Amino acid sequence: MAGEAAIINVAARTSLWLQPHRIVLILIALGLVLAAAFFMRWDWLPQYYEAGLLGIWRSLWILAVTCVLGFLLAVPLGLAQAAGPFWFAAPAKVFCTIIRGTPLLLQLWLLYYGLGSLFPQYPWIRESWMWPYLRQAWPYGVLALTLSFAGYEGEVMRGAFAGVPKGQLEAARAFGMSRWKAFRRIWLPQAFYRALPTLTGETVLQLKSTPLVATISVIDIFAVSSKVRQDTYLTYEPLLLLALIYMAITGILVFAFSRIEARIPNKIG
Amino acid sequence: MVGLLHTIEIAIGATCLGLLIGIGGAYGKLYGGPVVRDLLAVYTTAVRAVPELVLILLLYYAGTDLINQVLAALGYQRIDISGLAAGIAVLGFVQGAYSTEVIRGAILSIPQGQIEAARAYGMSPGLLLRRITLPAMLPFAIPGLANLWLIATKDTALLAVVGFYELTLATRQAAGVTKAYLTFYLAAGAIYLLVSLISNLIIGRIEARARRGMPSLKEAR
Repeated sequence: MAGEAAIINVAARTSLWLQPHRIVLILIALGLVLAAAFFMRWDWLPQYYEAGLLGIWRSLWILAVTCVLGFLLAVPLGLAQAAGPFWFAAPAKVFCTIIRGTPLLLQLWLLYYGLGSLFPQYPWIRESWMWPYLRQAWPYGVLALTLSFAGYEGEVMRGAFAGVPKGQLEAARAFGMSRWKAFRRIWLPQAFYRALPTLTGETVLQLKSTPLVATISVIDIFAVSSKVRQDTYLTYEPLLLLALIYMAITGILVFAFSRIEARIPNKIG
Repeated sequence: MVGLLHTIEIAIGATCLGLLIGIGGAYGKLYGGPVVRDLLAVYTTAVRAVPELVLILLLYYAGTDLINQVLAALGYQRIDISGLAAGIAVLGFVQGAYSTEVIRGAILSIPQGQIEAARAYGMSPGLLLRRITLPAMLPFAIPGLANLWLIATKDTALLAVVGFYELTLATRQAAGVTKAYLTFYLAAGAIYLLVSLISNLIIGRIEARARRGMPSLKEAR
């Protein structure tokens, strides 16, 4: 939803770009930015420049991995709910309800502190090859974010799968396609096109949940800004810059998705 | 249990504040002058593009600091703002941006003739808002607002990060003391889930009432 609105905003902005009051507003905004640049302290920037870039990279990496994995998980979840038999649909529905009914922060802490405190009790886990990974924080962060994305997106995919007209599938079967081929060539692409606008919004939401992993000591861009704040005792500057960075990433994401959306055929259904 | 109470208090407060901001914002966006409209566009876009966690930190610290500075400049003493009030204000501000969009869309989907008819009867704008616009937009707005309410209950968990004592932080402390992490987190998850499910039931009732007299969604399709 956020994505669509932003796209509309962009369209409106380019068509009515230069109106007198806009120019005044832009000047005021510029003045605010300049005032912020001059009157606030930014001398910490060079020192934390590299850490910041690394943090941004890590945030984006987490975003990409969790979105892709979550989407892969969401497809079977949606399919099970849309077309599966009862014993397949019910667990999927329960999973989606649980994920969507509890705060992500709680899920994250449940996995990290809850599961994380269980693992060391079993010696065979400590001796296995997985232990070096399980001791770190990021697998839990990625797992929690992936599950959350899958939960929300699974619900979207359910609607998308159910929305593909039955005739399309029947026609595919009549052409002699196997079930798998019909799914791969007809059902999945059409459902994907339907889900794409929502997918934009979900991805932006996912971006906005990535800073939560900082609470379990993954050093993403949010954690970097917290560190700057602790080191320099500055409250606003790092947070303002952080907000700006997130806004920029959101803008880029929305733009990229609108480009993808423009490429798909828009006569559906 | 105090934590749960705080969670629900904040969620209700934030949703109400968000609704007020949302109604005002939607009116500004629809009927306001160009400057008001642009400022509101900046508000909704910026708030929806920045993570809630960052906003909460920014507003929580900046807001309390700003109020104290203003008070100091006016010659009053510094006051301690309670976490509850700050939490409600911050989440309400965030919710306001989202509900502005929801309510704007809902008002737009009221048949225009209803509003024109009300104007033709000579209703004042306040009466028009109270008698026509708000009741008529309710059925369109309720699904979106219900979503926002669920988001609000879950966003309260983020206040744990700034150290406000609510369900998630209470859980974390209890778990830390007893070392029974899994039990406590699962219990808290069950409580959140229960809150969501119960609100779903209540919202279903409200929606049925708001849509009374309208064709059901299934027939309309």
